[in-house]
Amino acid sequence: MSGSMEFLLWTKGPLFNIALAIFAIGLMARLVEIFMLGRAPNYAEPRAHEWPAGLRTMLTRTVADPGTFQRAPFNVVVGWVWHLGFLTALLFFVPHVELIQGVLGFAWPALPNPVVDFATAITLLALIATLVHRLTHPVKRHISTIEDYLVWAVVFMVVLTGYLAYHRLVEPYPLALGMHILCAEILLIILPFTKLTHIFTTFIARWYNGAAFGRKGVQS
Amino acid sequence: MSVFDPARAHPAPGATCARSAREHGHALPILHEIRHALERLLASGEETRIDLQSMPFGPGDLERLTAVLGQGEVQARVEALGPTLIQETAIPGVWLVDYRSLEDQRLSYQIEIATLPEILRPRPEDLAESLAALDARLSESGLDAAAPNASPSSS
Amino acid sequence: MRKRPDKTLGESLRDHGLSRRGFLKLCATTASLMALPPSLAPAIAAALEQARRPSVIWLSFQECTGCTESLTRSHAPTLEDLIFDFISLDYHHTLQAASGEAAEAARFQAMEENKGQYLVIVDGSIPGPDANPGFSTVAGHSNYDILMETVEHAAAVIAVGTCAAFGGLPQARPNPTGAMSVMDLVRDKPVINVPGCPPIPMVITGVVAHYLVFGRLPELDAYHRPLAFYGQSIHDRCYRRPFYDKGLFAERFDDEGARQGWCLYRLGCKGPTTYNACATMKWNDGTSWPIEAGHPCLGCSEPKFWDAGGFYEPVSVPLTLGPTTLLGAGAAGGVIGGGLAAMARKQVKQDAATRQPVTVDELEQKL
Ligand code: SF4
Ligand code: SF4
Repeated sequence: MSGSMEFLLWTKGPLFNIALAIFAIGLMARLVEIFMLGRAPNYAEPRAHEWPAGLRTMLTRTVADPGTFQRAPFNVVVGWVWHLGFLTALLFFVPHVELIQGVLGFAWPALPNPVVDFATAITLLALIATLVHRLTHPVKRHISTIEDYLVWAVVFMVVLTGYLAYHRLVEPYPLALGMHILCAEILLIILPFTKLTHIFTTFIARWYNGAAFGRKGVQS
Repeated sequence: MSVFDPARAHPAPGATCARSAREHGHALPILHEIRHALERLLASGEETRIDLQSMPFGPGDLERLTAVLGQGEVQARVEALGPTLIQETAIPGVWLVDYRSLEDQRLSYQIEIATLPEILRPRPEDLAESLAALDARLSESGLDAAAPNASPSSS
Repeated sequence: MRKRPDKTLGESLRDHGLSRRGFLKLCATTASLMALPPSLAPAIAAALEQARRPSVIWLSFQECTGCTESLTRSHAPTLEDLIFDFISLDYHHTLQAASGEAAEAARFQAMEENKGQYLVIVDGSIPGPDANPGFSTVAGHSNYDILMETVEHAAAVIAVGTCAAFGGLPQARPNPTGAMSVMDLVRDKPVINVPGCPPIPMVITGVVAHYLVFGRLPELDAYHRPLAFYGQSIHDRCYRRPFYDKGLFAERFDDEGARQGWCLYRLGCKGPTTYNACATMKWNDGTSWPIEAGHPCLGCSEPKFWDAGGFYEPVSVPLTLGPTTLLGAGAAGGVIGGGLAAMARKQVKQDAATRQPVTVDELEQKL
């Protein structure tokens, strides 16, 4: 027989193992591949050190410059808001901290539930705003691919199901929690193969750019 | 979401300082419920019963509730299928009814908001038989033989 | 053998000298027992007046007798009340005086006399039809055969305890006896599950009382549990819930949070996913209950609670995955990634080696 509890245990057990294995294998494969591809050796004499420039760029490209802000304030503000909200919920919600402790063997202090709840609500609103913006902005709409919508949908579902589960708005609760875990697992599975990989590659890429420019002695 | 526990701001007068630190906040909603029930009783005579055993009380919540309600003048005991203890609270019309088993274990603990708790009133069927019961006792006692004008038993 | 009495419950209670006030009290406490609002007491009185005591056959299979122990601790009504006033318990091999042939004869007699009307209560799981029947037998018959034979003409089956309801501890991996639940085996009769390890005694009697009072089965959830008792989760009725909402947790059994009575989520409380009545009905005559005593809920009224991860692991922790598995997967990923990259490099080198330079003129000619 199969009911909500069996579903929850399936998402917490076998499916979680599979999802995390695909995630870990996929991500490591991509990262190792990226690192091993390397670059053609540069025989030119470096004009400056790579590291300081690389690290500086990691920072400067994270904070939007005034020009970008003026051109696309919505992207900057809403983008920041939902990324921060998402990370707050992901990394500092008590059950998530316990999950991290269980999987990694170490964790960090959590934030009180009301704080996380607030961050989640904001994230949901911001995510809806990004979709509306994407659909109404002619340029954005034109350059959006199926993958963009897929990634949006998966991220949104993860946050939405988490919010519904926390507030126990779906009965029975094991079904609500199972749905949330299932969505998170779908996210884990598609992560290495979509633009979601940027979670791990953005900072590498920013460092890489900065380092390359730094070596040439140009500002980035 | 998590509302600031309002009961914490107004500790029950009966709660001692040592216990009031562990307020679980479940007495207050019941007190509000009693308030609404009293309003209904005053307005339309409608009675209300609240089963205290179905409440998610934490340790001390029940004591805090009964401490706020206080003690009134009436105490009564009904012997039927084990004892039932009735206590009037300091609020007229609010009664604590403690149903106990033959072994004196609590079966149910209820608050009744009524002029008189149901179990104290004679059952209508019993009331209908009351004249007959009196007459029977009277004739048993033999006192009526001396009084020729004794009223006939009503049926 | 006790015969099924022809009198209604109201009549037989009055024959026992129960006063009308006593009857009123019975109804008030029965409402409370069935987790119904006190305002339903008059309806219960009317129904009880007319009710007839059902014949009950109690079958015990692979179990620890904890459920029967729990039932005999039930105080409202007491077991005596239950047996002599509410139901006619015609067979219960732990409690009945008769044994051996006489006991089995009693079961057959009750089945014959009350065909289509008797209740079967089961505690314990059953080795399934494909399992070795020798794992559990009564009077030389396999549990499976006894169950099927007894259930055939029953009005309904009540599975008491998590073993009967969901398979329980006997079904824990690797399930050596092929244990199955009543619900797995009985498909053509109404099955009511009263899970718990053990169930709260008042819940067992409350379900029986419901059948007695209303003459039909209570409303059930997707797991066939009566909603009156299993309709709300432990977490939703837990007096520690305000601490959960505020984010105040005990992190060890001896820390300040534990002393302050904060939420036990991080100590493994399964209250959020568990549906049972402990938070309101409580245990030991309403004295207290596990979470009030400072211990997290184990989720004992839920299917698979025995195989649902560590009792002291929070609900959010995955069942089997730990740091080592993760490291293994990462390492495998590294190797695969290395392989892919090496292949890509080789391809690039090969392409470089076999490169055929093309001039612009040649290209233009091709076009
Ligand atoms: S102790 Fe358990 S049931 Fe109670 S609030 Fe915490 S998690 Fe929920
Ligand atoms: S608190 Fe949880 S584990 Fe304990 S008896 Fe109740 S449902 Fe079972």
